[in-house]
Amino acid sequence: MLLTVLSGLIFSIVLVFFGRQFKAKWSILLPILPTLLFLYFVSKIPVLTSGSTLVQHIDWVPSLGVNFDFNLDGLSLLFALLITGIGSCIFFYGRAYLKGHPYFDRFFGYLMLFMSAMLGVVLSDNILLLFVFWELTSISSFFLIGFNNDNADSRKSALTALGITGMGGFFLLLALVLMGNIAGTYTISELIDHREILLNHQLYPLIIGLLFVGAFTKSAQFPFHFWLPGAMKAPTPVSAYLHSATMVKAGIFILARFTPILGDHFYWNTTLIVVGGITMLYAAIHSLFRIDMKAILAYSTISALGVLTFLLGLGTIEAMVAVSVFILAHALYKATLFMVTGIVDHETHTRDITVLSGLRKVLGPVALAGILAALSSAGLPFITFGFIGKDLIYEATLQYSLPEWVWIITGLAVATNIGLVAAGFMAGIKPFVGNLPQQFEKVHLPYKSMWIPPLLLALLGVFFGILPAIAGEYLTTAAANTIWGQDTESYLKVWHGFNTVLILSLITLALGTMVYFVNKPSLSKLQAVEKLNNISPQRIITGYANDILRFSEWFTNLFHDGYLRSYHLKIILFAEALIAYRLWLSGPIKLDIWTLTYPDWYEIAIVVILIGAVYIVVTTPSRLTAVVAMSVIGYCICLIFVIYSAPDLAMTQFTIDTLSTVLFVLVLYKLPPFINLTSKAILVRDAIVAAGFGIILSLVALKVWSEPISAEISNFYGENAYLLAKGKNVVNVILVDFRGIDTMFETVVLSIAAIGVYSLIRLRLKSTEKE
Amino acid sequence: MKSPILQSATKYLLPILLLFSVFLLLRGHYYPGGGFVGGLVASIAFVLHSFANGTEATMKILKRKPLSLIPIGLGTSALSVTVPLLIGYPPMTGLWFEEPIPFIGMIGSSLFFDLGVYLVVIGVVLTILFTIALNNLEEKN
Repeated sequence: MLLTVLSGLIFSIVLVFFGRQFKAKWSILLPILPTLLFLYFVSKIPVLTSGSTLVQHIDWVPSLGVNFDFNLDGLSLLFALLITGIGSCIFFYGRAYLKGHPYFDRFFGYLMLFMSAMLGVVLSDNILLLFVFWELTSISSFFLIGFNNDNADSRKSALTALGITGMGGFFLLLALVLMGNIAGTYTISELIDHREILLNHQLYPLIIGLLFVGAFTKSAQFPFHFWLPGAMKAPTPVSAYLHSATMVKAGIFILARFTPILGDHFYWNTTLIVVGGITMLYAAIHSLFRIDMKAILAYSTISALGVLTFLLGLGTIEAMVAVSVFILAHALYKATLFMVTGIVDHETHTRDITVLSGLRKVLGPVALAGILAALSSAGLPFITFGFIGKDLIYEATLQYSLPEWVWIITGLAVATNIGLVAAGFMAGIKPFVGNLPQQFEKVHLPYKSMWIPPLLLALLGVFFGILPAIAGEYLTTAAANTIWGQDTESYLKVWHGFNTVLILSLITLALGTMVYFVNKPSLSKLQAVEKLNNISPQRIITGYANDILRFSEWFTNLFHDGYLRSYHLKIILFAEALIAYRLWLSGPIKLDIWTLTYPDWYEIAIVVILIGAVYIVVTTPSRLTAVVAMSVIGYCICLIFVIYSAPDLAMTQFTIDTLSTVLFVLVLYKLPPFINLTSKAILVRDAIVAAGFGIILSLVALKVWSEPISAEISNFYGENAYLLAKGKNVVNVILVDFRGIDTMFETVVLSIAAIGVYSLIRLRLKSTEKE
Repeated sequence: MKSPILQSATKYLLPILLLFSVFLLLRGHYYPGGGFVGGLVASIAFVLHSFANGTEATMKILKRKPLSLIPIGLGTSALSVTVPLLIGYPPMTGLWFEEPIPFIGMIGSSLFFDLGVYLVVIGVVLTILFTIALNNLEEKN
């Protein structure tokens, strides 16, 4: 299973290097990987239907509890099949859709990255591993939404999506870590055993709150839904794959995954019902006012995600069955509708449903796919899988545990579904019926690999619709069992008898069709709705985002004003504050002056020279004199090292001082003549800061001297330098052996500094050469 | 400022200082010295030469840009860190030849690490100084 996740990652790296080849003739190889993965997961179906699960464990960072734990159970199998199955269709489709695009290889690299990340999310049995993949899906989605990177709107949408889902990811991480720490394990399958501890823990509301933010942002639930319509700026294959069939369902997946662990609690159920309910109705109504096919589908997707959240909130056994079936049904028809939209857009260059009509005459098979998918989304009885899904939703709402709420939530579901029926018809049927306008007469069918995948998915929907037992037995029942936590003993069938559910389904269909005929979406209506945006969550959240930007700009400018002297001042002041605080904490310095030895005459002489040199540095009007005086200070310190028997330090100090003088002279050459522009007040301020630093460091030195010395470390090095590292010079042994990694990185830092100097000066030269 | 005295002095000083720097590098494990100081001394040798004969003349002796010493040095250090991995020890394990080699003494992986540091230091110092010096020269012309 590790291989199934990693293969895509490896492949996307290969694409970076060999993209050019793939762009041209080898692009037919691209869909092979998802297809193979799909077949692999299909071959695992029998194992899963027998009730067992597949587990794989590989240590990664065991000390942190992060391991490659994979667990293929019913829920992950359903998702894995959707990811790889619809993925294969999208790869075939996208190859034709983007033929000749300059970034063709890059597109498939991102898509492959996404596929692996998504597989990782659904297969992970370790919550930290899950988080890693979760973030990867956000990142790949960011790249794919911003794929048309020359379009400002597209870039903005990508950023919004990343901002929202990234924020959600952060909250999710908090929830996961809290959960892991309380339960003492990061393995999902083990968390179930700690259900009682988690449910009764005082942090339970916080955990599920954080988890919900993560899931809701990803699955575009109200009030975080607005990134999804923006995400439709991505190329249509991406919208079909990420933003309807798979990625946005990651939030639903995580809710479903944690239902057996955290679910069936008052807070859990109520929040999900409320949020899901608002989302599904709000988005369903919104979708009716759109005229862009993709926007209609985007809002109906949000609505469908709302339905799923809502069902998970109901928390009954029927609801879990409904969830698993509706995930499959929705993925099948919505991916089809998106791909159909893509074809229409590709061939006619418009997605405006007020313009499009009669395309069935020129795009026959595409029209068939679109109409079948629309019917499935409407839940036409007996021949579409959507009907089974809709049926189960009503069954779930009618069986809700609080009788007084049954009719309210059923009403909500009916209202939503009416909207969804109409939206499905608008996107899937409207463009294909009626008269063919003259401008579209020359439209022709695209490549086969573009219209076969959607037709295939649409037909699969019909197949499952007629024989739901197959879908149930092999796919959805196992998934429902996982969400429910035990065997749901459900069997899917077409005919349930003439009961309330069927009546509700028929009413929905009838009313939805009516809405479709009555509601004539137009630009003016859309603009009227758009006005409401001023009070929408989108406006509020982007407003916050702008505030944060403004704040960070202010904050950065405050510290980063571009003057070296101001950086020095800030750095030194900060260091002073920190060290002084520590000194103050550590108490008074106990120093017995009489125990100090008298200084020798040469020591006094050195100090006198030092003081004289410092005086020259501070007072001289010539930079060159100042530099020379500085090097005098350096050599004096070097002498002190010699006297106190530190030859290594003395040598280094000596050479460094020589070289830095040379460096100073070279740089001074560039500077304009010295003019004293500094005001007296600033001089005084700098003097105080400098004197403060000196005093504090002297105090530190005295403190060190007065404290009892712990010789443990130096003894260790002294004893082991020769035994372990065969060296007699302890300083050098520490540098090249005991702390070799430190040295290694110090040399890297030095190299970076050199490269920095080199490139700064060279680059500047080049730009002057140009002028 | 091209003083003939300094020019003839550097003719002899450059090799002597370079030898001294290698000496420092080799003895570093037992007596004061090591790659860092050795590298600095070697850089000073070149800087002195450039003072006497001009930076361009020194660049001619070096034959290549000092910048190219940096990757060589980093590579040598990195190699000495990773070689123990190949024979199943943790990285950075000190590996030593059994017998000392004439004139050089004991040779171990940490000597190569130090050699890397030596090369990086020369590369860094000369890159910074010579880049600035050459830049000054170009602006003057």
